[in-house]
Amino acid sequence: MVTIEIDGKTLQVPKGSMVIEAADAAGIVIPRFCYHKKLSVAANCRMCLVEVEKAPKPLPACATPVTDGMKVFTRSPLALEAQKSVMEFLLINHPLDCPICDQGGECDLQDLAMGFGKDVSRFTENKRVVPDPDIGPLIATGMTRCIHCTRCVRFGQEIAGIQELGAVGRGEHTRIGTYVARAVTSELSGNVIDLCPVGALTSKPFRFKARAWELTHHAGIAAHDCIGSNIEYHVRRNEVMRVLPRENEAINETWISDRDRFSYPGFYSDDRATRPLIRQGEEWKEVDWETAIAYAAEGLGRVREKYGAERLAALTSPNASVEEGYLLQKLMRALGAHSVDHRLRRLDFRAPDSEPLAPALGMAIADLETLDAALLIGSWTRKDQPLLGHRLRKAALRGARIAALNPLRYEFNFPLSEHLVHAPQILPAQLAAIAKALLVLSGQPAPEGLERLLENVEVHESHRRIATDLFEAERAGVFLGLQAQSLPNLTELRALANVIAEQAGATLGYFSDGANAVGLALAGVLPHRSVGGQAVEKAGHAADAILGGESRGLILHGFEPEFDTANPGATLAALQTADFVVVLNGYDTPAMRRYADVILPVSLVHESGGTFVNAEGTWQTWRGAVRPFAEARPAWKVLWVLGNFLKLDGFEQETVEQVRDELREALGPVVPDPRSPWQAPASLAGQGGELYRIGHLPLYAVDAVVRRSPPLQETTDHIVGALYLNRATADRLGLSEADTVQASQDGHTATLPLVIDEGVPDDCVFIPQGVPGSDSLGAACGPVALQKVTA
Amino acid sequence: MTAFARFLKSLFLLELFKGLSVTGRYFFARKFTLQYPEEKTPLSPRFRGLHALRRYPNGEERCIACKLCEAICPALAITIEAEEREDGTRRTTRYDIDLTKCIFCGFCEESCPVDSIVETHIFEYHGEERGDLYMTKDRLLAVGDKYEAQIAAARKQDAPYR
Repeated sequence: MVTIEIDGKTLQVPKGSMVIEAADAAGIVIPRFCYHKKLSVAANCRMCLVEVEKAPKPLPACATPVTDGMKVFTRSPLALEAQKSVMEFLLINHPLDCPICDQGGECDLQDLAMGFGKDVSRFTENKRVVPDPDIGPLIATGMTRCIHCTRCVRFGQEIAGIQELGAVGRGEHTRIGTYVARAVTSELSGNVIDLCPVGALTSKPFRFKARAWELTHHAGIAAHDCIGSNIEYHVRRNEVMRVLPRENEAINETWISDRDRFSYPGFYSDDRATRPLIRQGEEWKEVDWETAIAYAAEGLGRVREKYGAERLAALTSPNASVEEGYLLQKLMRALGAHSVDHRLRRLDFRAPDSEPLAPALGMAIADLETLDAALLIGSWTRKDQPLLGHRLRKAALRGARIAALNPLRYEFNFPLSEHLVHAPQILPAQLAAIAKALLVLSGQPAPEGLERLLENVEVHESHRRIATDLFEAERAGVFLGLQAQSLPNLTELRALANVIAEQAGATLGYFSDGANAVGLALAGVLPHRSVGGQAVEKAGHAADAILGGESRGLILHGFEPEFDTANPGATLAALQTADFVVVLNGYDTPAMRRYADVILPVSLVHESGGTFVNAEGTWQTWRGAVRPFAEARPAWKVLWVLGNFLKLDGFEQETVEQVRDELREALGPVVPDPRSPWQAPASLAGQGGELYRIGHLPLYAVDAVVRRSPPLQETTDHIVGALYLNRATADRLGLSEADTVQASQDGHTATLPLVIDEGVPDDCVFIPQGVPGSDSLGAACGPVALQKVTA
Repeated sequence: MTAFARFLKSLFLLELFKGLSVTGRYFFARKFTLQYPEEKTPLSPRFRGLHALRRYPNGEERCIACKLCEAICPALAITIEAEEREDGTRRTTRYDIDLTKCIFCGFCEESCPVDSIVETHIFEYHGEERGDLYMTKDRLLAVGDKYEAQIAAARKQDAPYR
């Protein structure tokens, strides 16, 4: 610690910090443009010039380290003169177009010009004009307004990890732009909008829509990944106009992903469900809520009488709040049915007992940065959970050795120590090889039955290197990603990952699906476990069996089966034949009208309050930012009323807080433990086939809201429905890019264009799930046949 | 003494003649009563009457949807919605003034950076139905188009003092 004095105030500040940090901590305002606490110091705007005693000239506060006994004056005549002169220079080329600039009202330059600017410009020459490049559907540019603070450039280099924007030219000819004319494709790109101190980079979907002063701010929690980023809905006249991040150092720092920022246009899609609907033969009739709920209760009762309670089932999306999940499972269990599930994208339900209590991260999100080694299994962290990817990237830049084992060659924005890409059937054997190498290193006894499995496993140098990294690291992590959790051999991968973590002394964790997989597991939305992981007497059916035709009466909440389930073809066929289907959804789609009997419009995440439990196990509550759309109602309220109509006990709650308190009381102090007890898998060999489908879920297809957001769908990050396979496999099958090809799985077919992608392993074809085109196919991962369609 | 003076005043009806002299003076003076509505008073160029939205001589609407008038309006009478127009410019899709809320303070006119929203010299208008005094963008532009000559003349006259 050193003692300094700023404006006569004596401060104790850490050694090595900059004057501006000390001033910020003490609440002393120093004007700045280029300095940002999360970015490196550039000191090129010069706005933060301050007077330092014994220094001959004013010094930039952002680049002047504190020294003991230093005396700083931020408002002395010399400092003010310097700041005013800098402002005059900045305004030379800045256009006076505040009235048409979207930054107007929340512009750093506008604000500081009020304090430091002259009211008349002495510059009579022509102002510089810079053309505006088109850098994609998310960010609008007005480069004439740029003051060359280079925050966006530094963000690209330091945070996003891909240098997309750069400064070209010198002096007055400096321009910020993409090096080669192309779109900015980072999954975190929207943050440059917040970083830009002027109106050079603004939000394109928000362009010219509203002014900062018209918007009321409502805290929310992002609902598209397991991070639970803290966000703020900016609302005008009951409409969400934009979404900005809220600072939370432990979770999202100051960033949010583009998916969280630009999903809001999906709230206002044309197909929002407006009124309760009931089926009358082939017709749909709009009814009031009471009639609709009575109809739903009666239909479910009929199914229960006819087939018994075990043929009733309920499914909810992994994005449902804990309150919704808790009430749903309570409703079903009160009816005597245990078939409730939220694991819609799962294919493998073979070993329910080795299922962890909750698919949690096993550590704090912020601690990902401190890892020394990590193994990512089936995860494109960068795109699946952008902010977890950002934390891992920080660890990698610090020197952590991060390896990945994936079914597709994913592009990472940090160097991987090893990237093993293999067909899904081979992944368990690859993981076993790492486990085998690790057993040699650790010298500990292997759990029972493992040695038999490892007998024929071949260990290569790369496996040994990964094992050594994990073993030698002080802090190591083994993580099962989104992709691993939706593979048909999850049981093997999970068992081996547990062994590896244990042998290496590493933390095991999951990058779970949806926003609330951890919360829903704790709330008991599982067929074999109720609240807090207590085993139930007689386990119900899991999602695959429910959607495979085992259930006659269903409640489906918050998802679209054709996009959000692991096997859309089979799911739709099963729903078609079910006796009674109650749909609770924010949207009303033609597909829904084909299988549903009642459609109850429920509010979306921004309209109803709730709680999400994020990957690290933090409970985060938010309140609705706007009134529910049309006649939609919060899903928890609908379930509560449905419980009352079914004359069930325990549905007396009146507020969402009461529901949550009831659950928390039932849960007690519970830590979501992601580890599983060892259960030896039968074999490592996966079911093969001539050709194997890999069904990676694109980042802008994860849920109904994201799929309906036009700006996100227009980005280059969005993966369109097609057949991606490598040249060798295509040649072997006699296919080329020019062909239209029909893919078929168990009688479900889809005709799609063919794309050559060398990131796909041999004898595999990547057909993304959750996108139009693949919504009629079978299992997201499994054997597939391709056939050329002759025109 | 005062009692005597008062007696004399009342005896000679002094107060009455004083009053009658005012009446007589005005009886012969020049009349300033106007025969409204046949005759009208002159209006200052700064008179604040009915609102109008102006256009440039080439027909382009002036308003750029900066929303300063909406922000300054003390009666919250202005409602604006904006969007990017096809040619990429910033334009309003809705510009409403609720005249029943408006207090004719003229702040909107003062705040406008492009002299788009102005208050004309029209003060004789009425509404027969609910909603008649709710001016929409089309109606405001129509007022502007009709009275542009007068509006421009008033601005020109006032320009040296602005």
